[in-house]
Amino acid sequence: MSLNKEVEVLRDVPLFSKIDHTKLKLLAFTSENLIYQDGQFLFQEGETGDAAYIILKGKIAVLIETEKGPVEVAQLKRGDVVGEISILCDVPRTASVKAVGSVQTLKVTKDTFIQLLTEFPEIAIEIMRELASRLNKTNMQLREALTD
Amino acid sequence: MEKTLFKFIWRYSKRDQIILLILTAISFPFLYLSLDLPKTIINKAIGGKDVPEEIFGMTVDQIDYLLILSGAFLALVFVNGGFKFYVNVFRGQLGERMLRRLRYSLLARVLRFPIPQFKKVSQGEVIQMVNSEVEPLGGFIGDSIALPAFQGGTLLTILIFMFIQDWMLGLAAIALYPIQGYIIPKLQWHVNQLGKKRVRNVRVLAEKIGEAVSGIEEVHANDGARRILARFTERLGVIYDIRYEIFRRKFFIKFLNNFIAQLTPFFFYSIGGYLVIQGDLTFGALVAILAAYKDLSAPWKELLTYYQRLADSRIKYDQVIEQFDPQGIWPENYQMAEIEADFNLAGNVSAGNLSILDEESQPIVEKLSFDISKSEHIALTGPSSGGKDLVTILMARLLAPDSGQIVVAGKQLADLPEAATGRYMGYIGPNAFVFNATLKENILLGAMHRPISTEGELNEDLKNAQLSGNSLDDLGAEWLDYNAIGVDSDEDLQKRLIELLQVVDLDWDVYSMGLRSTLDGFDDDQLLEQILTARNKFREGLDKSDIANFVESFDKEVFNSNASVAENLLFGTPKGKSFNLENIGTNTYVSEILERVGLKEEFIRIGKDVASTMVELFADLPSDHEYFSQYSFISSEDLPEFQTLLARSERLGLENMAAEDSNQFLSLPFKIIPARHRLDLITEDIQKRILEARKLFAEEIGDELRDEIEFFEAGYYNRSSSIQDNILFGKIALDKANAIEEVNHLVTEIINQENLRPVIINAGLDSQAGLAGSRLSQSQRQKLSIARALLRRPDHLILNEATSCLDSGSQTLVMSNLLSEMKGRNITWALQRASLAENFDRVLVLSGGQVVEDGPFKDLVKKEDSVINDLLREE
Repeated sequence: MSLNKEVEVLRDVPLFSKIDHTKLKLLAFTSENLIYQDGQFLFQEGETGDAAYIILKGKIAVLIETEKGPVEVAQLKRGDVVGEISILCDVPRTASVKAVGSVQTLKVTKDTFIQLLTEFPEIAIEIMRELASRLNKTNMQLREALTD
Repeated sequence: MEKTLFKFIWRYSKRDQIILLILTAISFPFLYLSLDLPKTIINKAIGGKDVPEEIFGMTVDQIDYLLILSGAFLALVFVNGGFKFYVNVFRGQLGERMLRRLRYSLLARVLRFPIPQFKKVSQGEVIQMVNSEVEPLGGFIGDSIALPAFQGGTLLTILIFMFIQDWMLGLAAIALYPIQGYIIPKLQWHVNQLGKKRVRNVRVLAEKIGEAVSGIEEVHANDGARRILARFTERLGVIYDIRYEIFRRKFFIKFLNNFIAQLTPFFFYSIGGYLVIQGDLTFGALVAILAAYKDLSAPWKELLTYYQRLADSRIKYDQVIEQFDPQGIWPENYQMAEIEADFNLAGNVSAGNLSILDEESQPIVEKLSFDISKSEHIALTGPSSGGKDLVTILMARLLAPDSGQIVVAGKQLADLPEAATGRYMGYIGPNAFVFNATLKENILLGAMHRPISTEGELNEDLKNAQLSGNSLDDLGAEWLDYNAIGVDSDEDLQKRLIELLQVVDLDWDVYSMGLRSTLDGFDDDQLLEQILTARNKFREGLDKSDIANFVESFDKEVFNSNASVAENLLFGTPKGKSFNLENIGTNTYVSEILERVGLKEEFIRIGKDVASTMVELFADLPSDHEYFSQYSFISSEDLPEFQTLLARSERLGLENMAAEDSNQFLSLPFKIIPARHRLDLITEDIQKRILEARKLFAEEIGDELRDEIEFFEAGYYNRSSSIQDNILFGKIALDKANAIEEVNHLVTEIINQENLRPVIINAGLDSQAGLAGSRLSQSQRQKLSIARALLRRPDHLILNEATSCLDSGSQTLVMSNLLSEMKGRNITWALQRASLAENFDRVLVLSGGQVVEDGPFKDLVKKEDSVINDLLREE
């Protein structure tokens, strides 16, 4: 996939949506474009995480370990991001992610991401807005769930 | 070492100095003649007095006579010149030989210094003394006897000549000598003292320089550069001041000398002129005497210079010698003595009443005694300064105890030469040193003690070595003690080396190094064939597996999108500088080829696109940002220039730009790796044309450029690529997740299948270790040193925290391997972690320089309050 097409996908990712086009291009250029084959794991639950993956093409399945074995909790597609929590804080992976069919991803490492934030702090503001909005949504969902 | 310079000179170069003197003496008559002849020529041949009528039975007239005498004069010049040449070369050789002898003795002594001495004298100082300080001594030694003899003799000859002409004038010539003889030594004494001071200070400088280099990490980490530079400035300033003083005084002496020398002609003109006027002296004689006096000043000056050099050299010699005779220097026979053929040290070790004193004569270890039997495995443990390390050092005889004795296999350790302790014991300390050689050479050093075979006849080099008192051991002979290693062929040696690597857990590391090495210069065709077979098997294996598209193989007719444009064009590995990434953009041949396939314009356009992308991406970053070196095609320094070029190309259009400007864009497309950079600039059409260019490049390359590249050819081994790349014969697809791991896995499988593993480990052993082993990690260096000691199957393996830098998994593995390797032989190991003592037969706990606990591990831990339990709790 060419750099420009990757940037188009990145623009549709809410976390990166307000970031300047050139910065997104820089992010894509300094990240790895990786293709996973059907059934290959991007990462496993419990591993230390050091990168986020942006789906450029294809689908992935998110699985959580239970006593009954791994359970698929979500399926993600083009434009979705997995693992973004681990590039912001040091927590082990909360789930495993597997490729469904052939998947093309952009692997953004923690270092690359922090570099970008340090150089262009305005991106951090955008990210904070996005995270705050997510937190708000989660709070509302929680309130709903508790009052059920 | 001889105590004074002249004793040294006399003892070792007596014969040559006498020859030199004789040669010098023989030259004098000729010198006298050449002084006398001008007078004869002027007075007799030209003046016309007493012209002989016959010479050797031939009749001559005045003109003939003149010509004959002039010819004789020329002949004498030639003879004197010839003497000078021969004598100079002889003298130079003599001096160099003595200098070589002196340097060798100093170095041999350094190797006998007791190890604690190296706490007092630094590497820098030793190098300074052996290299620079003694350098001028060589020249002086050659001159030491012959020069004063020659110049003094010349002086005397001239004076005698003058006296013969007229004794009064002779007296006039030497009238002022006594004054000079008195004043000058007095002035010289001051210069000598300053000379001594200068030497001391330069040594301090050498030591400080060595210190700064060794501690360079500290300097950087503490921003200490300015303070060090200030300190250097201070030192250099002191040296400068002393030097200035020396110059002033030295040249004052010369000035004084010259001045006094010029007073004497005053006497000549006055007295001599008077005599000529009175008719007591011929005009010719006066002229000859004046000429002779002028000739006199040269030897007199030489003698004065000699005197100053003599003083300086004496000082240098004394100051160097006194540094090379430290207290406790090992006796010479420790270093040189040999041992009997059936010698060994397999036996019990018994130490009694050992004590070691520190600098202030306080005991570090007092009345230490222990017994270790021949095949025991002993662990030494205890607090850090408790003495466990000293036990190992004393056992290996790296330090002599101040009192007490150690007996090994019934022999007194103190009496044994290093040929015994260095061959039948294997000691490894915590600061294992790796020399600047290959890994193999480093290991083999463990069994290279002396030449095994001696040719008998000395070749030219060894004859010279003998004359200089140097070592007669031929470096080119066979030094490897196959017997001690336990092998009798080179194949068995290779196998043994691989075994040793496995014992010290270094085999995988060396294997990786081997994969990355190139086998350049290897002549073994069979080996290369094997690797090519592996290449084919790898491709077969790849095609059958589900990772077939993880490797894009090299194919002459196909564009490889995981290789750079440069690699695609060249289709080979650049060897010299002509085609490497920096230079390929400006290479004329490449430019030509590009033009021929119509790619030059395209490349310039693509380069411009690359440049504008780079500017777009990186222009806002600070100039020292790491992205410039990691990702950008254009460095931060060059970026502004490209911005200008881009602006210009917008204004004028690419076609209208000056060639030197648009050519700047030419170098950029070469770096593009399409699959990695995803810039989408190398379209299919361009790929096709690059393939055309590739063909043309290979077909038309001239002979001189042919050597600058090694082409990829199916079925041929590429000597400029690593072994791994030769097996791969392609590029790993960077965009496939985990590609590198999976591919390496398959490569390893194939290598094992084809039995190439030993070959690759061997290639790894042939890689360089770097200065002080800098290409290896500290843990690799430690492991290498253990392998080195193990090579010669010592009777006692002594380790002093020798695995301190290994991670615990590796440490456990190595320890267990060593214990089985040394089954039936003694291992004594000073441990960092007391818990590892469990693996040994017996534990000695050392604290305060004493053995406080001694026994099997399980017995010692039974006691609640034992020292070893304290140590275990602390861990």
